[in-house]
Amino acid sequence: MSSETRAPPPQYVFRLKRALGGRSGWNGVAVQAAFAVVLIWVGYEIVGNARANLAVQHISSGFGFLNNTAGFDVSQTLIPYSGSDTYIRVFLVGLLNTLLVSVIGIIFATMIGFIVALGRLSPNWLMSRIAGAYVEAVRNVPLLFQMLFWYLAVLGALPGPRQSISLFNSFFLSNRGLIIPRPIVEAGLLPVSLAILGGIIGSLLLGHYARRQLFEQGRAIRTWPYVLGLLFGLPVVAALVFGAPVSFEVPVLKGFNFAGGTRVIPEFVALEVALSIYTAAFIAEIVRAGILSVHRGQTEAGLSLGLSRGMVLRMIVVPQALRVILPPLTNQYLNLTKNSSLAVAIGYPDLVSVFAGTTLSQTGQAIEIIAITMGVYLLLSLVTSAGMSLYGLRLNRSLGT
Amino acid sequence: MKCVPFAVTLALAAGLASQAAHAQTLKTVKDRGILSCGVSPGLPGFATPDDKGNWTGIDVDVCRGIAAAIFDDPSKVKFVPLSAKDRFTALQSGEIDVLSRNTTWTLSRDTQLGEFTGVTYYDGQGFLVKKSLKVNSALELNSASVCVQTGTTTEQNLADYFKGNNMKYEVIAFAGADETVKAYESGRCDVFTSDVSQLYAERLKLANPADHVVLPEVISKEPLGPMVRHGDDQWFGIVKWVLFAMVNAEELGVTQKNADEMAKSDKPDLKRAFGTDGNLGEQLGLTKDWFGRIVKAVGNYGEAYERNVGIGSKLQIARGLNRLWNKGGIQYAPPMR
Repeated sequence: MSSETRAPPPQYVFRLKRALGGRSGWNGVAVQAAFAVVLIWVGYEIVGNARANLAVQHISSGFGFLNNTAGFDVSQTLIPYSGSDTYIRVFLVGLLNTLLVSVIGIIFATMIGFIVALGRLSPNWLMSRIAGAYVEAVRNVPLLFQMLFWYLAVLGALPGPRQSISLFNSFFLSNRGLIIPRPIVEAGLLPVSLAILGGIIGSLLLGHYARRQLFEQGRAIRTWPYVLGLLFGLPVVAALVFGAPVSFEVPVLKGFNFAGGTRVIPEFVALEVALSIYTAAFIAEIVRAGILSVHRGQTEAGLSLGLSRGMVLRMIVVPQALRVILPPLTNQYLNLTKNSSLAVAIGYPDLVSVFAGTTLSQTGQAIEIIAITMGVYLLLSLVTSAGMSLYGLRLNRSLGT
Repeated sequence: MKCVPFAVTLALAAGLASQAAHAQTLKTVKDRGILSCGVSPGLPGFATPDDKGNWTGIDVDVCRGIAAAIFDDPSKVKFVPLSAKDRFTALQSGEIDVLSRNTTWTLSRDTQLGEFTGVTYYDGQGFLVKKSLKVNSALELNSASVCVQTGTTTEQNLADYFKGNNMKYEVIAFAGADETVKAYESGRCDVFTSDVSQLYAERLKLANPADHVVLPEVISKEPLGPMVRHGDDQWFGIVKWVLFAMVNAEELGVTQKNADEMAKSDKPDLKRAFGTDGNLGEQLGLTKDWFGRIVKAVGNYGEAYERNVGIGSKLQIARGLNRLWNKGGIQYAPPMR
């Protein structure tokens, strides 16, 4: 006896129903749809009302103002900028300044954080107490005060430009910042850069080869002399053959300030130091927790295999600890980026200062400018989290979980 | 601190979304029972609170004058201290009814941000430098570092002036006036630039005021005045005429002390002003005795000037441009008739 089996209803209909309505099925879908309609209606009313009221107050809206001339100057610009440029350019200048502070801050905070965490876990009594004191002192003082402290008390105490501390008569440190010779492109730049690039690629290939040899043949190859030769020897040879890649313009004291050279402004340094040190305290605790989360047995096993303490840490403990460390570490990176908006208090021209500050008060387009600024911070944060998630995925894969 | 602009903007969005399209500011103020007035967070002579929280200053007196005209009580004012960069947003969002905060009248502000009602103080931008630099003119400031407060007309004037004179400079912009002055004092900048009246006021806060000098150049016109929102003609008229009443009072010789006597005068212009003849106050939406209320509360313009910024005050700024039109200055109010 044979019976015709009926084709089951397509799977995706069930999936859709489940996804939208949960257990309550199509009723749930209806409730959700109604909720969405109400939400859209409220949003529409808010936008409509705001528009009507802006019109009554003769406040123009829209993004046309971005093409107007800014007419003010900025102390630190990574791209060429002058007062006759537009507000878009101001926006880019501010954005790049924010990015610069955030990226460098993240790198420094991570390094300091790891070092402090290792110090705190160290069997050396003095070192662990010093690291502990650092964490407690730094994370319990408001960030704004720390910024003002570094800016006014530490950097403000430096001598004026005429009495600046100089090194080789070409590096000058004063309350106007650190002035260093500025590199100027010469004929040898291209060959030397190619040589550096070649050196890096060569070293990577060598590392790859050495790894394969180790895993496949069990042969450990000592690579570092070759790597050094590739990284430094190659560019030096290129420079000798094709001429120096850059020459330096040495700063000279002229009038009130130095002319020539490149400058690292004290606002940048104060902001960077405050952000790195503050965030590092939190990162140190996160790293410490991560390392403590790896079972002691792992370390003991590594030691009994004859690995050194450093190797156990680097090859066994840290990779496993990273899984615990990554999510809260991402948080700290996001915090650092957002905290950089305190820059306006010490005169660093970040996005909030030049765009949500000066541009806003010159144009009065509060809603547009704040919306753009919030959007930028949101985007920066999402990109950071996405990057960290990708890293986390790769890490998990390499740990075989 | 960084939350302020965001908070204000949220308030702006909420305020704009909820306000009735045609704002009846006078009615709102009367219902609330108190005037909300945006002032500087601390600028001697213009708006500064003492240790008991009592505000004084010429900008403050304008607010008190408005409160006196409406409530017959100059104390019915809530002072809202605002930084330079948050002030317009606070006005637009309805957080304050009037902005009386040493704000420069410019065309774009007058069209884009609100409506200026008059000029409380004719000012101009100047430079404060240390005497030890031995600079006698702003034209000697090539390559100098300049501290400035962000969100002011100062930044653009500064760029124009240095560009116009082919001079280089470095600008460091701070959010608050206090941080700006601190940075100048610590030597981060050679120059602090702002409106001249503000330079005198901030100089008082320096450790050794005598070591600093205001350069003779005045590089801009800075007419400072109160500001209201667009779209409420009645309220605009009230704020405008409170200041005019103070100027006219000085011209008529009415002072805080003799106001009661003068009210009994038979002179036609005094009778019109005090409302014993005609209904000027009611035309504004106020009461007949509005003029007397203002003068009795804060005095005439000259008294307010002398008390807060004049030679008799700590700031010791000469009247200069701010003298009455018939005494060599440019303070001038339309006639009250």
